[in-house]
Amino acid sequence: MWREVWLICRKDLTVERRARVTLIQIVPTVLLILVVFAFAFDANPSLLGAGAGGLFWVAVLFGAVLGAKRSFDIEAEGGNLDALRLGGLSPAAILWGKAMALAVQMAAVAVFTAAGLVVLFSVTVTDWPLLLTAAVCGTAAFAICGCLYGAMTVGLRSADTLLPLLLIPVAAPVLLAGTRAFDVALGTSADQGWSWTALLAVVLITYVAVGWAAAGPLLEDA
Amino acid sequence: MTGSVATRVLGAIGLAAAAVMAILALWVSPADAVQGDAVRLMYVHVPSIWVAYGSFVLTAFASARVLWRTRSGAGGTEGVIADRQARHWDRVAGAAAELGVMFTGLTLVTGSLWGKVTWGTYWQWDARLTTTVLLFVTHLGYLALRRLPAESRARARRSAVMALIAVVNLPIVHYSVDWWRTLHQEASLEIGIGGDRNYSGEMYWTLLYSWATFTLIALWIGIHRYRVLRLEELAEEAALEELLSVRRSEPSHDEPVTER
Repeated sequence: MWREVWLICRKDLTVERRARVTLIQIVPTVLLILVVFAFAFDANPSLLGAGAGGLFWVAVLFGAVLGAKRSFDIEAEGGNLDALRLGGLSPAAILWGKAMALAVQMAAVAVFTAAGLVVLFSVTVTDWPLLLTAAVCGTAAFAICGCLYGAMTVGLRSADTLLPLLLIPVAAPVLLAGTRAFDVALGTSADQGWSWTALLAVVLITYVAVGWAAAGPLLEDA
Repeated sequence: MTGSVATRVLGAIGLAAAAVMAILALWVSPADAVQGDAVRLMYVHVPSIWVAYGSFVLTAFASARVLWRTRSGAGGTEGVIADRQARHWDRVAGAAAELGVMFTGLTLVTGSLWGKVTWGTYWQWDARLTTTVLLFVTHLGYLALRRLPAESRARARRSAVMALIAVVNLPIVHYSVDWWRTLHQEASLEIGIGGDRNYSGEMYWTLLYSWATFTLIALWIGIHRYRVLRLEELAEEAALEELLSVRRSEPSHDEPVTER
């Protein structure tokens, strides 16, 4: 099973390495969101600094929506999903392989977004372990959730418009907990940062459990 | 077409119960010492969200049944029975989700009006309000997914997974008032024997009575909605059968073509 997961993950990362969609399209879009937010808040440094934690997660969430769409678009063309199934790969292996590849891509998006925040909004990190743990849990949760909904909408005519409608509300707990944890890590709040990170971990475990149970029903009918 | 003696009786009882509820809520129950008459909105606001919670839990339960009945392996007569049961639970899930969305919408509207009177604004970025909106939008997405054209089994399974993910939001909405500092008051009644009450006397009993009335009305609407969904399926099947019979009655094109 894990060999199959690794195969799919490597396949998706190879496709990405050749097409560079994450690097050339998703990362610039996410950075553009940061710039547009600066316009929306009248380039007020104190306001932008206070909202930097939330802005990071909003930007990464939009990146995850684009990434999840892209991840399943490449399979919808030419019936690749059927080919993978006919090749003997289990639905769970396909889903987890794609989720792993998407998590790697989202980690890259998160790194660029964080760098954008440091450069554009002059934020300083006061608690690195908290920041990194929250970032890893939140990014992985977005990737799994994105893949679940990507599999749910793959091949549907209105997938472009439906995926954000389905994904964004369900990813809201990650957005909420991630923002609170980042606010503490960036020194803009004195909240219980590790409690919020624990909630992120609980949400991540929930998504993993649902993904495990739902991989079969979703990919058998995709 | 969807009515029966039982549903007509149920509907009549529901309407009578609603009339009694109006009397209890508007005249028998006292005004609140702080909020005045605005507190009477509670008799619609709180039961609506309770019924919505129940509907979403039923959607999740029915969805789990759909996934269970459609798991691969069953064939022959057993497969036909499993398919019929899966369709039944899929209709239950769809009808319950529609009810849940309707009652969550009612909760948001009445909450907004209540907020205008007590907080001075229709909307606050409060944890309970925000998570309730997310619950509402998530299930709207579920209904949108159900309406997409697809093979019925695939659609049912896809929607079932979505419903099981969406139900995770329920405890977050319910406990948001305990987990975060919010403007919204804590739960009106604690679940379980010996739980805390924020209300007593006539207010407490009117609230419980309102909940029973809303549940009755929801049940009545839900049964009708279930039957409408069943009729829609039958109409689709009948239309398909008609098309097939028209196609079969057309002259065959397999006859050899004679060359001139």
